[in-house]
Amino acid sequence: MSNAKDIFLKEATTSTADGPQRIFINKALGGYYTNRDIQKARYRDWERARDVASLAKWTAVNDLANTLEAFVAKFESNGGKVHWARDAEEARQIILQLIAKAKAKAVVKSKCMTTEEIHLNDALEKAGYSVVESDLGEFIQQLRGEAPYHFVFPCMHVKREEISALFTKHLGTAATNSPEELTMIARRHLRQLYVDADVGITGANFLVAETGQISITENEGNARLTAALPRIHIALSGIEKVVKKLDDLSVLLPMLATAGAGQPMTCYNTLYSGPRKPGECDGPEEFHLVLLDNARTQILADPEQRDSLHCIRCGACLNVCPIFKNIGGLAYGTTYQGPIGSVITPHLRGLKQWNHLSAASSLCGACTDACPVRIDLHHHLLQNRRNANQTSPTWFDRLFHRGFNFVISRPRLFAFGGRVFRFTLPLLKKIPLPYLSAWLKTRDLPPAPAQSFRQQWKESSHG
Amino acid sequence: MRISLFIPCFVDQLAPQVGLATVRVLKKLGHDTEFRSEQTCCGQPSFNSGQWEVAREGAIRTLKVFRGAEVVVGPSGSCVAMIKKFYPELLKDTPHAAEAKELAQRTFEFSEFLVNKLGVTDIGAKLSKKVTYHDGCHALRELRLKEEPRQLLRAVRGLELIETDESESCCGFGGLFSVKFPMISTAMVQVKGGALARTGADYVVSSDPSCLLQIGGWLTREGKPIRPMHIAEVLAEGLPQ
Repeated sequence: MSNAKDIFLKEATTSTADGPQRIFINKALGGYYTNRDIQKARYRDWERARDVASLAKWTAVNDLANTLEAFVAKFESNGGKVHWARDAEEARQIILQLIAKAKAKAVVKSKCMTTEEIHLNDALEKAGYSVVESDLGEFIQQLRGEAPYHFVFPCMHVKREEISALFTKHLGTAATNSPEELTMIARRHLRQLYVDADVGITGANFLVAETGQISITENEGNARLTAALPRIHIALSGIEKVVKKLDDLSVLLPMLATAGAGQPMTCYNTLYSGPRKPGECDGPEEFHLVLLDNARTQILADPEQRDSLHCIRCGACLNVCPIFKNIGGLAYGTTYQGPIGSVITPHLRGLKQWNHLSAASSLCGACTDACPVRIDLHHHLLQNRRNANQTSPTWFDRLFHRGFNFVISRPRLFAFGGRVFRFTLPLLKKIPLPYLSAWLKTRDLPPAPAQSFRQQWKESSHG
Repeated sequence: MRISLFIPCFVDQLAPQVGLATVRVLKKLGHDTEFRSEQTCCGQPSFNSGQWEVAREGAIRTLKVFRGAEVVVGPSGSCVAMIKKFYPELLKDTPHAAEAKELAQRTFEFSEFLVNKLGVTDIGAKLSKKVTYHDGCHALRELRLKEEPRQLLRAVRGLELIETDESESCCGFGGLFSVKFPMISTAMVQVKGGALARTGADYVVSSDPSCLLQIGGWLTREGKPIRPMHIAEVLAEGLPQ
């Protein structure tokens, strides 16, 4: 783990050198920008909608204990069962026990990043269960043996021909370049698996305290089948997904779709109200909800970054991030990529090991402007840098900045140093100096002027 | 009005022509300028590196430098954002909090000062060239300046402004980010610089000399004909020396 930063640097070097792949990702996102802007224009006032969405999340998060209690009481009165998990290990154990108790053999899953966060698939497979991802993108990534590239578009980096070859290899189907045919291949394969599965595992986009329902948003209908066909439905959700009122969804659902995918609404938005009741003809026999903390209460205790719990995982910040677009999602090595991932991963996995993600940003702020719930993302990256420096300073940084400060706190020394730098620059360019040579590898420096501004000011009539 | 110049440290040492152009424009508008030579660096490199203790010392020094100045004007969205947005953050809950807020109110980015404070858009400049504009991230997203520089450019005689789809994309400079993560920084300037070059403009203009250092450095390395030019230099074109 001590080399998470080294791995990141290596991955980022490889992925930024892959020009065609970067162009492919940029083009894919180009379509998203067009659609997003069309949908945003349909809002009477997008900025006001951001205020409302942000307030809905703020209200729930800043009263989290009460909101959760209210939700759980309603959820259980609807017939569901809540399980609390402090961390990933507890969540895995709870889910494994539920599956063992059900004497299940096969498990079907719909898209859920929280299960990625707790590495559930590994645990299930180790325990001998067959697990299948039913979301098309996740299914493709599962066959590829690769983590999701983007937490909303898991296989956005994979080309059609590669998917066709993948299906040929794993499912024995004929090669095709048609997206419709590829979808149908996956669908035919998956349909039987829903029927065979004893347990369906889903995530949750929102937990509604007012009604005790969980809200799931999807484009393929696979989450509905995952929740409805198997005998047992297990949902896993972070505790921060709770909102107070059903009405909050009237703004959060369309904004999730527009900000994240450029859609007016996601195709399927379903509220799940509990297991099958007597007299009902469908639905699971048991409905379990695992509520996961896993450092969320630690973020809650940080007044500066508490708003990162507002996140509705729409992916808008990834879609506009020039870092994400150029290094790609896999280089991060995290469950959550992009700006939100760089902000929260240090909380989830440790600041010392993961601060490099906060450092790897030009702080351009495109993410903060794109966030539908107004998380102050790029300023949180600055705070992570500060916190890392306070808790685990590096001697090079400390020396560099103390040295720099020594010079700039002495105007005469600064002027003299600048002069020396300008005169020796042609020579310095030839020596492998840290930072300077990194610059010069891909960029020129203009020739240094003979005189600084301050010299010219002094020598002109001003001085 | 007596205007105290805030000349970023690297403009002082590496791009003095930007400071001189700033002076020329302000003079043309009939204002007095002063340069307080105790100023050096605002401390942003340390602030962005998480070294807030060090940056705080720089902030306090800068507060002292500009004590009593009527207005402070700087030709850099980034360095001005440091004073206007981040000094109050850096110095909150310290004895300097009130002074930081107060300095923030009388400090202006160059184009912001001309358009929003002085109400001037036409300086009388002439430049018969095609230019495209790069929005520096700090000017655009911390200071919310988007139209101000464009209003100024549109008033320049002979100038043709060509917009690109990537005008709001970050150039990848980001201070020390550009040398700590040079491969990412370079990938970003490839996207930016490529779009700028495709416009066929003669100059890429920005209110941020640090972005221009990055963009210009890449453009010359790649042999692209488009050249960087600071907005103050554009506005000083055709003015008396």
